[in-house]
Amino acid sequence: MGKVKGRSGPLAQRPDNSAFKQQRLPAWSPMLTANTVLPFFYLVALLCMFLGVWLLLTVQGTQELKLDYTEAGTCKGCFDMRKNASKAAEPCECRLDFEIKKAFKVIFLNEQQILTFGSTQVASSTQKKRGDVFFYYGLQNFHQNLRRYMDSRDDGQMVGRKNKLMNPSTYCIPFNTDQAGRPIAPCGAVANSIFNDSFTLHYRGQVVPLLRTGIAWYTDKNIKYRNPSNGNMTLAQVFNGTAPPPYWHKPVYQLDPLSPNNNGFINDDLIVWMREAAFPNFKKLYGVLRRAATPFTKGLPAGNYSLNVSYNFPVQYFRGRKEVVLTTLTWFGGQNHFLPVAYLVTSCLILLAAVVLTVVWFKFGKTGRKMQD
Amino acid sequence: MGSVTSYFGPLCGEEQKIEEERHFRGNDRPFNLSYHYADNAITTSKYSVFTFLPLNLFEQFRRLANAYFLSLMLLQLIPQISSLSWFTTAVPLILVLSITAVKDASDDINRHRSDKQVNNRMVNVLIDGELRSDKWMNVQVGDIIKLENNQFVTADLMLLSSSEPLNLVYVETAELDGETNLKVKQALTVTGKMGDSIHALAAFKGEVRCEPPNNRLDKFRGTLSLDGQTYSLDNDKVLLRGCTVRNTDWCFGLVIFGGPDTKLMQNSGKTTFKRTSIDHLMNVLVLCIFGFLAFMCTVLAIGNGIWEVREGSVFTIFLPREQGVNAALSSFLSFWSYVIVLNTVVPISLYVSVEIIRLGNSFYIDWDRKMYYPKNDTPAQARTTTLNEELGQIKYIFSDKTGTLTQNIMTFNKCSINGKAYGELFDFSGQRVEITEKTERVDFSWNKLADPKFSFHDHSLGETVRGGNLEARAFFRLLALCHTVMPEEKKEGELHYQAQSPDEGALVTAARNFGFVFRSRTPESITAMEMGIKVVYELLAVLDFNNVRKRMSVIVRSPEGKLTLFCKGADTIIYERLHPSCNKLKEVTTIHLNEYAGDGLRTLVLAYKDLDEDYMNDWKRRHHEASTAMGDREERLEELYEEIEKDLMLLGATAVEDKLQDGVPQTIEQLAKADIKIWVLTGDKQETAENIGYSCNMLREEMKEIFVVAANTAEGVKEELQKARRTMCPEVAEEPTVIKARAGLFWLQKTERVEDEKVDGDYGLIINGHSLAFGLEKDLQLELLRTACMCQTVICCRVTPLQKAQVVQLVKKYKQAVTLAIGDGANDVSMIKAAHIGVGISGQEGMQAVLSSDFSFAQFRYLQRLLLVHGRWSYLRMCKFLGYFFYKNFTFTFVHFWYAFFCGFSAQTVYDEWFITLYNMVYTALPVLGMSLFDQDVNDRWSFQYPQLYAPGQLNLYFSKKAFVRCMMHSCYSSLILFFIPWAAMHDTVRDDGKDIADYQSFALLAQTCLLVVMNIQLCLDTYYWTAVNHFFVWGSLAAYFAITLTMYSNGMFLIFTSSFPFIGTARNSLNQPNVWLTIFLTSLLCILPVVAFRFILIQLRPTINDKVRHTVRKEALPAPAPRRPPARRISTRRSGYAFSHSQGFGDLVTSRRFLLKMPLRSRPVVFTQTDSALAQSQPQHYRTIAEEREEPQSPQAVAAAAAQ
Repeated sequence: MGKVKGRSGPLAQRPDNSAFKQQRLPAWSPMLTANTVLPFFYLVALLCMFLGVWLLLTVQGTQELKLDYTEAGTCKGCFDMRKNASKAAEPCECRLDFEIKKAFKVIFLNEQQILTFGSTQVASSTQKKRGDVFFYYGLQNFHQNLRRYMDSRDDGQMVGRKNKLMNPSTYCIPFNTDQAGRPIAPCGAVANSIFNDSFTLHYRGQVVPLLRTGIAWYTDKNIKYRNPSNGNMTLAQVFNGTAPPPYWHKPVYQLDPLSPNNNGFINDDLIVWMREAAFPNFKKLYGVLRRAATPFTKGLPAGNYSLNVSYNFPVQYFRGRKEVVLTTLTWFGGQNHFLPVAYLVTSCLILLAAVVLTVVWFKFGKTGRKMQD
Repeated sequence: MGSVTSYFGPLCGEEQKIEEERHFRGNDRPFNLSYHYADNAITTSKYSVFTFLPLNLFEQFRRLANAYFLSLMLLQLIPQISSLSWFTTAVPLILVLSITAVKDASDDINRHRSDKQVNNRMVNVLIDGELRSDKWMNVQVGDIIKLENNQFVTADLMLLSSSEPLNLVYVETAELDGETNLKVKQALTVTGKMGDSIHALAAFKGEVRCEPPNNRLDKFRGTLSLDGQTYSLDNDKVLLRGCTVRNTDWCFGLVIFGGPDTKLMQNSGKTTFKRTSIDHLMNVLVLCIFGFLAFMCTVLAIGNGIWEVREGSVFTIFLPREQGVNAALSSFLSFWSYVIVLNTVVPISLYVSVEIIRLGNSFYIDWDRKMYYPKNDTPAQARTTTLNEELGQIKYIFSDKTGTLTQNIMTFNKCSINGKAYGELFDFSGQRVEITEKTERVDFSWNKLADPKFSFHDHSLGETVRGGNLEARAFFRLLALCHTVMPEEKKEGELHYQAQSPDEGALVTAARNFGFVFRSRTPESITAMEMGIKVVYELLAVLDFNNVRKRMSVIVRSPEGKLTLFCKGADTIIYERLHPSCNKLKEVTTIHLNEYAGDGLRTLVLAYKDLDEDYMNDWKRRHHEASTAMGDREERLEELYEEIEKDLMLLGATAVEDKLQDGVPQTIEQLAKADIKIWVLTGDKQETAENIGYSCNMLREEMKEIFVVAANTAEGVKEELQKARRTMCPEVAEEPTVIKARAGLFWLQKTERVEDEKVDGDYGLIINGHSLAFGLEKDLQLELLRTACMCQTVICCRVTPLQKAQVVQLVKKYKQAVTLAIGDGANDVSMIKAAHIGVGISGQEGMQAVLSSDFSFAQFRYLQRLLLVHGRWSYLRMCKFLGYFFYKNFTFTFVHFWYAFFCGFSAQTVYDEWFITLYNMVYTALPVLGMSLFDQDVNDRWSFQYPQLYAPGQLNLYFSKKAFVRCMMHSCYSSLILFFIPWAAMHDTVRDDGKDIADYQSFALLAQTCLLVVMNIQLCLDTYYWTAVNHFFVWGSLAAYFAITLTMYSNGMFLIFTSSFPFIGTARNSLNQPNVWLTIFLTSLLCILPVVAFRFILIQLRPTINDKVRHTVRKEALPAPAPRRPPARRISTRRSGYAFSHSQGFGDLVTSRRFLLKMPLRSRPVVFTQTDSALAQSQPQHYRTIAEEREEPQSPQAVAAAAAQ
């Protein structure tokens, strides 16, 4: 490890006198002293307390309603019917009545935002929309996070690569081709198992209007999922030669009969579903209350509602539950009691620790006697 | 390197038959070539351009860790198992492999270069009847080559003829065995006759049969057949490669072994591979981790089995099983999948990082200016880069004495002549003045024969001598005559003394400078220049020195015919034989002697006696009778000596300083404060060793007792040891408590440990070599160890190199402590190799000690910096690194474990695959390296101020199995927080615009961000020393994480590599969410604050020594560097003995005719009876000329040349 240097003379091999080589780099050496630790603990406790209270107050202003409709109301019949795989294709409608005791109040920030939302143009994601009422469907015990399940998709196909469309990735096996050998679009277990119940909410005989688009991430809708384009061909032509996933009732280019821009791989429901949940119990956005007309301009009024369900998705196989969630939001997301409570508890713990530390310091460390030995 | 070549051989398909006998003919290349002996080209390099890749990869995959990762990668290629893409392992593995490969390649290129340089050296070869200059590599077995003075020996040669009388050749073997003194080789007379006649040499057709190549330097057996006659060849007729020809104008030799077959090459490359205790611990831990990994995977596989039966079987409608896979098989597959997912518990970068840290710390040692010795331009060197942290755990130091503690320089310092003391300087107020290098020296220019290297500071002595003081003249005349030194005067006026002990040399040199120059001797006479006048004394008898007599005398007749006996010896011995008339002088001299002894000087008393002609004749006759007598010759001579050496007249006393190296006492004091035990193992005799023990503060007056074990029987040794032990600690049990335990990999290794026993007060122990031999026997070694370890100081004298190693091994075996051996000579090599860490003192004797050492520097005092600063820091850094590293990887991995309970045990990872790939190699690599390269708890000055800081290392406090378990629990806690807080915060929530955030990708991002933030804060907590580099690394790594993440989750990356970067947009969509940041903040608080609180409480309640010193550092200013205290003059009643460092005098030789003019060389083999092998050498070292000070760097050649003249 001898240093070869161009120097010569009696001190040719003398090491350089640099701070780095002599390990004398200027440095800051902090130490855990009472002067720093104790105030820090008290401050953090205060901060957590403040955050906790603030978050709690915010959460108090939100409302959430969860309806498990798996076997509720008339859906019991559908539930039984879905047990039978041979009747999987038969439609089943059911109804669920419920009452909202307290109106889902919308907190307006300014009027203009509503107007923006009134349109079907999905420019909303760039806007802040607080206090809207959100309609979710939830699944329990559905493992979207299984490794093989998550892998069973082809991003290349969904981003509109033509070769992938006709030749899906082997990850999609066994949902890559149908029995006739036609490629499945979209392929894979994830797409195949898409949640296909649909809902209409009624209030006093009036359909509660839901915005069914603009519910996916902007990046997903505009970048991650693209339809394969081929000149002026229609979607149906583009997908010609492919088969829909086996559990689907309609092909991918007919997912949304109302809006041509919401079909194929860029269908919002498909995109939302394809964003796999991290845990087996999850909820996914179904729609946002459209507040264009009364009585919904200020949210959902109190009263009796009924939910019409087109009951397709079988959950009895995996002992799952289905639910519908109506909720309003806060600035830090949906109704989430955990964070405020956790902050409050943490703050208490830190405070307790701070007191203990203070006592210990006062009794033992303050004199510095132990430091002297 | 020999092993490399031999390992290479079979690999290249060079099936070589085992050579049983070597047979070749001189000057007959075609004949010799038929045997395919190796030519003289050497290859120490491992690879060539083509073999580099396959061989290097092969070598690298022999390392367990690399093989493990390779098999992991292969596992990942199986689609059913692969829970991670292949690149998660491949990228780090390739990185690691290529770093190592680059390092290996550069090493090998250097070897190629040096090989090339050596192979292309030129030598004169006799080819076709004429001498031609040819490259070394072209020399073949059977060639005759000509070597000239100062040339390296090209190959192993049989000596044919030389320029010197009797066909002698002098060689220096420093490169082979480290001995710088010259050795003599002699050619057969029959070949010597040829001289330098090219014609005769070209016609030489001798046939040689000899042993096959081997590595024994001291043995050679063969025969030479010439003209029908057979001559036997032995080691004396062989010149070995690596030697240098000295003092010989030319010589011819016949090549016996070339290149790789030479003894030098056969000897090299067999260094034992040392590993640190941390290494061993790491291996055990890695093994435990493997076990733990298997355990976790089993749990998860069982979980998977249960899940598959209960849940998976009903989920098949959405996710059909693969063909033939049932729950059991799925469980089996998931076991392997989890092996892959959880592989990060055995982090691949661990080994790489450890190597980098050690390398860095080694560089610090090389760079340290405070361990650089300007006098001979020697920086400290970390020759082994893998042992640094062990330097922080040393418990026992075994030190050589000569050349290590002392400078191996004797100086004539003081003397007392006729009751007057000389040699000390006083200022005007009568205060003693410290003699430094700047003090003015006595000018000896009036004396043309003076040794320029000699220095003396007291002018009054020179004036006294020149002023004609009779006693002073007698004093120096005695010094010039009474000795067994042999002079060499190659050029007029250039005298060199060949003294057997350096003290004698010092005394004779002193006499020389004061005008009494010993010039030459014959068996019957001594020629001296007395104040410029040539005087020839007739030498009548030499009454030689031995251990019992402790004195020597000569009887000379001056030109005037006056008969005088001159005697010098140990004070106690001489005092008994003084004439009563000297009583007054005796008292004064005693005072001086005590003073000298108190200063740690070696003293001699000088006396003379005038003899009567008749008595002398009678005595001579009787002496002759006695020395030719058949029976009890020794006793009769002894009696005669006793008879004549009495009624002596006291002349005075001399004080010779065995010069300690600078700062030795202070260093020893410091190391003792750091609770390091120092044992001195020396070949010197007991008095010398004891003397040095006192002067370097190891033995002290205030010690309760100093035991001397010198018995000559096993029983006696046992008794003495037991007696010593009972004196020190009467209440201790007779039988030692031996704690048996198991350690090492698989707990296969049995260990035995003898507990330390507490003793009140300080004791010292001195053991003689012959007693030590008994003490090291099986039944006594525990007794020896116990007794020795109770003592503060242990000095073993007269030990052989082998015993040195045995002592080290004894302590290693029964104390389970880290040992360090420090030495400078070839006789220390065994000990240096045996100890955990070997330190060589460079720039003194040969290079052998340095070559086999792990660290080397020029002065003993640098040892304290090496241990207390570098060692301590290295240990601290390594432990911090390991603790943090295991923590970071365990936490990382455990999160996967918790997630398994949510994802049906399907081996789904929590994090993005790219994060897994980059976590160890990019995101966390630099901060932790920064910490472990720069961290220091307190700076070097404070480390010296508080040597106690060293103690935690000896006790293994910073990182042990316990610490590892603690670290695992900590990670367990952290991982729980890191998984469940994000889970609880996210599982049922949405973004502030109602969209998804509980999706897998967002959760992965959240979890990994939390992890990284927490890991960085934890690192900040662990870092004591924040340099700009640390700041840069920590903040830079965090910034790099966000930058890389945003890049990898960007549109572009997705559109280019769609399947590799599916996380598009995740970073943008979640990192703008308040609840994500609230969660990160909460997790960090919950992970970090308990640690802070815990550490704070520990500091308050039970501060460690580090905390205390750090606390002090904060309050106080930097301590001034410790003042160089002059060693206090001890008040001592102890009398240092006549410290000859040789066992038996030269007396016989001096009076024999053998050393005479034309054949001075005959005596050499007698004088230098050193065997070539370091291990076999069991004699104390012999010394050469005495140099007062080595001002300029002295090259080994210069020393050797001086020795040879």
